[in-house]
Amino acid sequence: MHIVDRRLNPGGKSLANRQRFLRRAKALVKRAVRDSSKERSIKDLEAGGEVSIPLDGVREPRLRRSSEGGVRDYLLPGNKDYVEGERIPRPPRGGGGGGSQGSPGGEGEDDFRFALTHEEFVDLFLEDLELPDLAKRKLATTEQLSWRRAGFSVTGSPANLALTRTMRNSLSRRIALRRPRPDAIAALEAEIAELERTRDDPIRLEEAREELARMRKRTRAIPWIDPIDLRYRRSESTPRPVAQAVMFCLMDVSGSMTEHMKDLAKRFFTLLYLFLKRRYKHVEIVFIRHTHEASEVDEETFFYSPETGGTVVSTALEEMIRVMRGRYRPEDWNIYAAQASDGDNTSSDNAKTSALLTEEILPACQYFAYLEVGREDDSPMGFGYRQSDLWRTYDLARTGGAQIAMRKVRHRRDIYPVFRELFAKKSERATA
Amino acid sequence: MSLADTTTRKPTPRRGRLPDGLLFEGADWDFDTIQRVFDACEDVALNELGLDVYPNQVEVITAEQMLDAYSSIGMPLFYKHWSFGKHFAAHEASYRKGMRGLAYEIVINSNPCISYIMEENTATMQTLVIAHAAFGHNHFFKNNYLFKQWTDADGILDYLEFAKGFISDCEERYGHGPVEMMLDAAHALMSQAVHRYPRKVRPDLRTEEKRERERRLHEERMYNDLWRTVPTKDKGTPDDAELLRRHALLQLPQENILYFLEKTAPKLAPWQREALRIVRLIAQYFYPQGQTKVMNEGCATYVHYKIMNRLHETGRISDGAMLEFLRSHTNVVYQPQFDEPHYGGINPYALGFAMMQDIERICETPTDEDREWFPDIAGRGDHMAVLRDVWANYRDESFILQFLSPHLMRKLKMFHVVDDEDEPDLEVRAIHDERGYRKLRRALAMQYDVAHTDPDIQIVDVDLAGDRRLILQHAMLNRVGLEESDTRRTLQHLADLWGYDVLLREVDPQTETVVKEHTASARRRLV
Repeated sequence: MHIVDRRLNPGGKSLANRQRFLRRAKALVKRAVRDSSKERSIKDLEAGGEVSIPLDGVREPRLRRSSEGGVRDYLLPGNKDYVEGERIPRPPRGGGGGGSQGSPGGEGEDDFRFALTHEEFVDLFLEDLELPDLAKRKLATTEQLSWRRAGFSVTGSPANLALTRTMRNSLSRRIALRRPRPDAIAALEAEIAELERTRDDPIRLEEAREELARMRKRTRAIPWIDPIDLRYRRSESTPRPVAQAVMFCLMDVSGSMTEHMKDLAKRFFTLLYLFLKRRYKHVEIVFIRHTHEASEVDEETFFYSPETGGTVVSTALEEMIRVMRGRYRPEDWNIYAAQASDGDNTSSDNAKTSALLTEEILPACQYFAYLEVGREDDSPMGFGYRQSDLWRTYDLARTGGAQIAMRKVRHRRDIYPVFRELFAKKSERATA
Repeated sequence: MSLADTTTRKPTPRRGRLPDGLLFEGADWDFDTIQRVFDACEDVALNELGLDVYPNQVEVITAEQMLDAYSSIGMPLFYKHWSFGKHFAAHEASYRKGMRGLAYEIVINSNPCISYIMEENTATMQTLVIAHAAFGHNHFFKNNYLFKQWTDADGILDYLEFAKGFISDCEERYGHGPVEMMLDAAHALMSQAVHRYPRKVRPDLRTEEKRERERRLHEERMYNDLWRTVPTKDKGTPDDAELLRRHALLQLPQENILYFLEKTAPKLAPWQREALRIVRLIAQYFYPQGQTKVMNEGCATYVHYKIMNRLHETGRISDGAMLEFLRSHTNVVYQPQFDEPHYGGINPYALGFAMMQDIERICETPTDEDREWFPDIAGRGDHMAVLRDVWANYRDESFILQFLSPHLMRKLKMFHVVDDEDEPDLEVRAIHDERGYRKLRRALAMQYDVAHTDPDIQIVDVDLAGDRRLILQHAMLNRVGLEESDTRRTLQHLADLWGYDVLLREVDPQTETVVKEHTASARRRLV
């Protein structure tokens, strides 16, 4: 008998099959993933998890007998008091005594449930989205140069000498030019010494001496390493996109913002975070909340700590500019900003807000999104038509050529579609 | 078969730290324990039970690997297909949620016989698994006539290796899409892909690949009437001679649909025929397993029960281990009654084990009733000889028909209910009494007869002169038709493979009337 320990064999044997399955069920899984995002809290979203897809799309059909109709025999254990010939009323469909044999298969089966990994989930969730093209605007400044290996060159500094390559060239040159090998010389020297000692073959001794002299001469003529052997490691400088991003979350926390609105804002911010995290190696978040004055806070305070006061939006923008100047220079960072507000602003502040935005913030940002959150019970008509102060301000700036993405959201289920709309790939957006 | 990354442990001399005789203590085990346990089981199995087994290979795997093995129908290597991924995902989801435990073992009908045991199992469970799989199933695989006739234990792993390589070559050469379509279609017809009656030559999987190639070359050179494009002169009534000639030419009627397609479908490329053949041969390999579920599991359960008891009697396993074993043994052979909520049909482990034990009882201490029913074996004494003979020469249907005793029917309180859709009520046709025993036994045996469980579908004709339509017939049994939506989908696959229209007639053989017709047209060319 053999005992074989297979536990250390590479796992994931089913991975290829799983990928085939996901590819096959992709449309269904994608829909399931997006549907599930409506119910789930954002934290769960990031964890991946179970989705269910209609079984119909991944059915494996085969010819089998129907589970209905005809004459059926049931052989059952555990008779209590039935006697031969007794009639039993037919049990209601889908249950009861004899019905259990028919249940596997059949049309009305449950959905097919299975778990996706975090990666699979996020991939499907954010599929087809891309960062807006705006990045090109800052091509010169958002990219850094880095050195990359690029083959060999015949010139360079001694520190970059590619030793193996050089020695390889040297070796082939020496072989090609028949430079005598040191051990051949050594062997000849030994032979001469031997002949000198014994003195019984002077002719051979003479020959050997000549041979040795020739070899020495050749050795001197053909150098061990020649300048033409030398090779240096060559590097090229390539532009490297800045792989770090900072995300500014701006939110109005004045009394008019309800918990519901904050929840909407939070969902949007989290989606953005999830998305940026997939695109950049390193993402930092800055939370700035404001009433009539603004401050940078941590996440907990940002979302949960209550605050009262008036509403002056420009304070938040000023705070953002301050933080940006202090810590996130646009040359080194990709800057994204998302602002959530119910649209209130002190009327006198609108002009200042607009100026700060268009002159200071937008030139430094890759992307600025404004999300106006409304009450769930606002009627779509009323909400849509009555434009808020801030909306009007930004809209005006936008008609003036500023790059602002603006959307209104009232319900949780709108968040994801709106998010997709903002980041949809060009082709998709064109058709939408 | 490649056995990369494996380590084989040689048995080491027993260390004297265990109390006398005990094979192990507590739940922990190591490779020496496994070896000791195996040797002890082997001793009982070969010398006391007289079993005859393939050489064994026991492989220790993790739970994840067990899930892997599950999803490719238990085989250690298999070609890739999305349906296995789907099964894996389903198993994994229910396993992670704790809805379902994993099997303790998987055993493969190959030579050497490979048994997978999970690292999570306790020492007692490993003993149970070795007794059950490495001896019980192994003996059954090696000796049962169906397995001897239909499966090639020596060649299966090599063949699977070839199949896997072939399919992945095809994917590389023809793309994932076409190969996947091909396998989808072949899988849909997998249950109509077995020869139910043996041919003269036993298939030898080792030479399959070579033979296939030669055969195809031959056929490509030969004339096939299906390819005829010249119109025939008269389109009058087809006479019998023409029909007979056509049937002989195409080997009709034919119930092995994949075989028929592989040999005659006009539009398939050679690699597609080979893919069909792979699926068909694998279906054939599993064909005996479906017919011997009760016997196979009964045999394995009976053997592990015997071995464990013997080990306990001889002091090789402790009382605690024995209790642990009995607990899982009772779970395995538990038969819920029909009105209990988790009743799910007759448990093959329970029925098989009970029947094996019953045969032992009849051999050793028969009653008058047994003498009357089983004159051949009642009181014969050597029950192992009788059981070995049973394991070798029966399948579920014949086994039940022959050996289900009145004693056991009474014990299980069996009864037979008939559900006729034309009647308002269900009828109790027979119960466990003098008048009912034979009826019960016959009815139960019928349920294990493949002729009754699988629909009888045959290819009956091809319209060679006309539009090359393929005509199939389903001979309905008990007026039960085919499941509608699945049939539609499967026929679609069939039509894609055939390349032309397909017609399936459902015929009630009693009245000879066509009850229903399904049709499908080929969607597009497969290549």
